[in-house]
Amino acid sequence: MPATPLPSALETQHLVVGDGVEPADAAAVNAGLDALEEHHEIKTPLGVRFARSVLPPFLAVGLLIAVWQWAYLMKFKPDYVLPSPGTVFSTIGGLIASGRVFEVLWTSLSRGISGFAISVVIGTLVGLAIARNRWLRAGFGPLLTGLQSLPSVAWVPPALLWFGLSNTTYYAVVLLGAVPSMANGLISGADQVPPLFTRVGQVLGLGRWGYIRHILLPGALPGYLAGLRQGWAFAWRSLMAAELIVTTSKLGFGLGQLMDQGRSLSEMDLMLSAVILIFVVGVGIEVLFFRPIERAVLHSRGLRPAHAR
Amino acid sequence: MPIVTAAGGHPTTLDGAGPELASPGQYAVEISGVTKIYRTPGRSTPAVQALDDVTLRVKPGEFVSLVGASGCGKSTLLNLVAGLDTPTAGTVTSVSRPALMFQEPALLPWLTAGKNIELALQYAGVGRSDRGARVEELLELVRLGGTSKRRVHELSGGQRQRVAMARALAQNSKVLLMDEPFAALDAITRDVLHDELTRIWTTTGLTVIFVTHNVREAVRLGQRVVLLSSRPGRVVREWAINIVGPRTIEHPLVGDLASDITVSLREEIARHAGHSAA
Repeated sequence: MPATPLPSALETQHLVVGDGVEPADAAAVNAGLDALEEHHEIKTPLGVRFARSVLPPFLAVGLLIAVWQWAYLMKFKPDYVLPSPGTVFSTIGGLIASGRVFEVLWTSLSRGISGFAISVVIGTLVGLAIARNRWLRAGFGPLLTGLQSLPSVAWVPPALLWFGLSNTTYYAVVLLGAVPSMANGLISGADQVPPLFTRVGQVLGLGRWGYIRHILLPGALPGYLAGLRQGWAFAWRSLMAAELIVTTSKLGFGLGQLMDQGRSLSEMDLMLSAVILIFVVGVGIEVLFFRPIERAVLHSRGLRPAHAR
Repeated sequence: MPIVTAAGGHPTTLDGAGPELASPGQYAVEISGVTKIYRTPGRSTPAVQALDDVTLRVKPGEFVSLVGASGCGKSTLLNLVAGLDTPTAGTVTSVSRPALMFQEPALLPWLTAGKNIELALQYAGVGRSDRGARVEELLELVRLGGTSKRRVHELSGGQRQRVAMARALAQNSKVLLMDEPFAALDAITRDVLHDELTRIWTTTGLTVIFVTHNVREAVRLGQRVVLLSSRPGRVVREWAINIVGPRTIEHPLVGDLASDITVSLREEIARHAGHSAA
């Protein structure tokens, strides 16, 4: 079939269509597109969220206690080795009633929190330096990862010799446990900042400190928070190990010392009480402190925390 | 004050004009004899020549579209003008530090739409007390008034690119560089943003260098279309666009000229057919 040239009438009509677009149309189309593309977040009802996230852990704990009670009733072990949940909980109740539990908790928590705070400062500075400097990263990066996998309890004997029977020993062990995780968290967070944002920083003329302040640190925040969380877990673990080993009456009585007292008096209910309290503090800090912060940060960026998926 | 990015030690060969002679009043952006060669430190990898002796002069208030196939060094050229990279030879001058828009909106997700713009204002030297009002003005200009509190993830793709446009305008630069800014958008949104860009360019008097691989888009927007060759990038041809009155992407003259340019672009790409095996 021979190709027919376009009739001129069609061409004219085409021109009219092309030129007939009023500038006002752009605004209207714009508004329509915006309305169509709007993303609405669907809120899960409070009851459903409760049933999905709060209820299961309680049910799981209840199940574990039931298994424990069952094992106790089956008399697998004598009572002084495996006391009933009731005995242990009444021991904890007694510690609470006498007020002793608060003294013990405070001794350990204050050590943990101050150790954590010092670790945050050091870990952040170390992480920032290694994230920004190629040579430091090549040199100290693997070392830091190695330190992270070193059980911090290994530091207790040398720390004891270096710092003697003092709170410094506790802090040294906590720092050596927590700093590598925090630094590594910040480094991996910094690595996740998209290179495009680096170019944005250059285009906006942020300069070195402006880049760190406005792009690197906020961009690294999710990884940094994960590092802080892990750092807390390591700090708490290290502290308990140190308290178990370094037991001296002149440094105050913490959870580790409580456990050690149970051991030396062969009081299994006291030991298990200490274990439960250590667990409750560790989980409590995680749930009441770190998760809400992480959730808020990720939510504000339209992301969901890993543990909520 | 002109910002001069000169290659170390290399005198400009084209037109005999050295960087010192670049007169700031005449051109908003002047690219003279620019060559860019990427050398990797490794021994065996050959150097890649991205640009070869590119000369392009853009008058204040002009809208230039830069088209070419992939690998023509369009983005390299913009990076050089933006000062993100330095040329191997030749000079690049610009009347002010250019604003640059990317294919992605590249908004910082930890800031609201308004704070993203405010950051650009802060580093453009706008005082703290004036920033709030200026943010609203800029958002109004891109027809997003009242959305300054929105988070980036709450905006649609087109809205994000408009906030990015507002941020680029917040830099208060006389020169706006755009690196395929609408390539990732759907056709309708792109059409609307073409209208918006034309309107903003007309009202602000900005100098725009717009890089695209979409020939119709280049003709729709520009006053001049420059075709770059690929590997290395060279200026092959230029077309002046004299279409009077409002233009749309469907305008027959846009279509005609786009066809012409596409023919040249295809020839340019076909030239590389024999080299692919090497």
